[in-house]
Amino acid sequence: MAQEMVRVFIMGKAYEVPKGLTIMKAMEYAGYQFIRGCGCRGGFCGACGTVYRMPGDYRVKVGLACQTIVEDGMYLTQIPVFPANKATYNIEEMRPTLGDLVKMYPELSRCLGCNTCTKVCPQELDVMNYMAAAMRGDIARTADMSFDCLMCGLCAARCPAETVQYNIAILARRLYARHIAPRAQHLATRVQEILDGKFDQPLDEMTRLDRAELERLYNERDIEPE
Amino acid sequence: MAYTPQMIESIRLVEASRERRYTEKHPRLSPAEKQDLLRRFHPDFRPDTMRPVKVGPSRGSMMPHELVDILEARSRLDPDTFPLDRIDYDVDVLVVGGGGAGSSASLMAHAAGANVLQVTKLRLGDANTMMAQGGIQAADKPNDSPMIHYLDVIGGGGFVNKPDLVRALVHDAPLVIKWLEDLGCMFDKEPDGTMITQHGGGTSRKRMHAARDYSGAEIMRTLRDEVRNRQIPVIEFSPAVELLSDGEGRCTGAVLMNLETKDFFVVRAKTVILATGGFGRLHVARFPTTNHYGATADGLVMAYRIGANLIFLDATQFHPTGAAYPEQIVGLLITEKVRGLGAQLVNVHGEQFVFPLETRDAVSSAILRECHERGTGVITETGQHGVWLDSPMIEHIHGEGTIQRALPAMFRQYKRFGIDMRKEPILVYPTLHYQNGGVEISDDTSTCIENLFVAGETSGGVHGRNRLMGNSLLDVVVFGRRAGVAAAERARSVKPGRLTLEHVRRYHKELDEAGIGMGRVSPMILPSYARHEARPGANSVVL
Repeated sequence: MAQEMVRVFIMGKAYEVPKGLTIMKAMEYAGYQFIRGCGCRGGFCGACGTVYRMPGDYRVKVGLACQTIVEDGMYLTQIPVFPANKATYNIEEMRPTLGDLVKMYPELSRCLGCNTCTKVCPQELDVMNYMAAAMRGDIARTADMSFDCLMCGLCAARCPAETVQYNIAILARRLYARHIAPRAQHLATRVQEILDGKFDQPLDEMTRLDRAELERLYNERDIEPE
Repeated sequence: MAYTPQMIESIRLVEASRERRYTEKHPRLSPAEKQDLLRRFHPDFRPDTMRPVKVGPSRGSMMPHELVDILEARSRLDPDTFPLDRIDYDVDVLVVGGGGAGSSASLMAHAAGANVLQVTKLRLGDANTMMAQGGIQAADKPNDSPMIHYLDVIGGGGFVNKPDLVRALVHDAPLVIKWLEDLGCMFDKEPDGTMITQHGGGTSRKRMHAARDYSGAEIMRTLRDEVRNRQIPVIEFSPAVELLSDGEGRCTGAVLMNLETKDFFVVRAKTVILATGGFGRLHVARFPTTNHYGATADGLVMAYRIGANLIFLDATQFHPTGAAYPEQIVGLLITEKVRGLGAQLVNVHGEQFVFPLETRDAVSSAILRECHERGTGVITETGQHGVWLDSPMIEHIHGEGTIQRALPAMFRQYKRFGIDMRKEPILVYPTLHYQNGGVEISDDTSTCIENLFVAGETSGGVHGRNRLMGNSLLDVVVFGRRAGVAAAERARSVKPGRLTLEHVRRYHKELDEAGIGMGRVSPMILPSYARHEARPGANSVVL
């Protein structure tokens, strides 16, 4: 049975590729070997941000090349890197406040509320509203709403206010985790025990056990219920 | 891309048995049953997947054909003519690799005052670390201890793990969780700050810490952000293609290749840390893989040529639950957390056939038995075998909304293909996931080659023959940090050495004498999926 093909335009050049492939696999089918624009191939790393248009539609669409299926007539190019502004900071010395956020990213307040970022996000995040939360100084909400961000850069590439949403978001997440979320007390306790050397001797003893003894201990160990 | 009528027929049986399975606990394998299952079905025991490597320090060791092919291969550099008189970068510590291990190493070496250069093949953060969904183990709860963690690691690994490495892993585990918490890594917590922890395959305590199902991504993007904050110099798209030696057994630097211009650059370094990841993209035994694009074992090749030992490379981890449908995502990882939350594995008839949280090698083998011996797997229209992972059971147990809350990445992935995993099970089949072995190291990540350190998946020994879920994110941070500390410390007493490719010359001579490796060049750097290069007779290793 002949494979059903679709025609796609990769950076303006037409190729016939099998229907049902992802953009990434279609480009490889067309003969490309990726250097840029390809990372985890599984929708986690944000390396393969792609913009495309469909015939008869003026709107620009976006997707991750590893996650988006080709369609007939798709006219596409990748944006593997975007020259985004990234502040440098000492997370420990910062406070989780609007003031500190704006000090790092003064352009935050330039947001026009146009919602373009939300419309282009391949993760379907509500980018505009996490930016709105950031502008209110609601760091916890910005952190929560932006959590699934892959930092692919498509929002920043399309932002008329030239803000870099994903860099503001990671700062918010780090501020939240470092300064707002309560610290894990059991962890601090265990770390102190380790630093005090409480486990050094028992661990040394374990490294000297022979295989039979280890097997016995392993097979007899009790297992915490689900 | 929704399920075919034939698959839906089988799904009805899965639905019909769900209520009964809610209370049904499939028995765990006895040690003897597990051994038997592994021997009969695990690809590590298939005679056609491996051969002994004929040259180098570990000659005679069995390794997958695909790895031996690139070990028995020539350098990209001609040791007789390659110019080493111009030094492009002169540093204390060279970190090769941009993942969790490399970035942890860079941060620690930099904090210790070393002049650090980090180089990576793709972008900073393009690594398997970014893809790890399930979590990171650490014995930090009152009912747990590093000793219990030790027992789980070494039992899971087949009791052959290197004890000093296991000790380091479990000892440092709570320390690295604290380090990450301090860096602002957003772990899942109770309102009072208690870490939310789950079981994973082979754990005897709930010690799996997670950041939703973006655990690795959250750790990686935090480390990457911090590397940038510290303004540590990073060169992207510039893999190391060969190490340099002083001709007397010490490592003195590396040669980089700019992937875009194909120009070479010489780095002189007092110490070198290899953290280049594993070999998933070699597609051992022709399995699909969960690994990121750059996982081509470059570090193994370079370390082996300079004289480091390779261990446990005949042990490959197949993750039991790779996607088997739809076709576009075959091989992609379905995190173990799905089973941790209660999803069971069931066959075409809707029956359980294995306790879902056996170790990965055992679960993989059980799935292969179901598909290829018992004929009770599901076969898709493209001929792909698989069994059901009954994801709707998760909401049955934990309530509606659990999947979207705990597994947002996976929910989104399946939704793209018209599958609602809250209501329909998903089809899975084993996929090549992890290189259990690697370069032999000591607990400070040093190797038998002076001034060469190795951390993360490139190294071997800590996991024995089988790594447990949640111990690779732990491994990369624990040993990445140790490498950074040790390499910076060593660099303080090392004088920059002579730069030669003597070891490559010797290796080539060994290949010549064995009459092998003609026409093969390595490291591979990038896999070749471009269609024109897959034609018979074409060189599959270009660049």
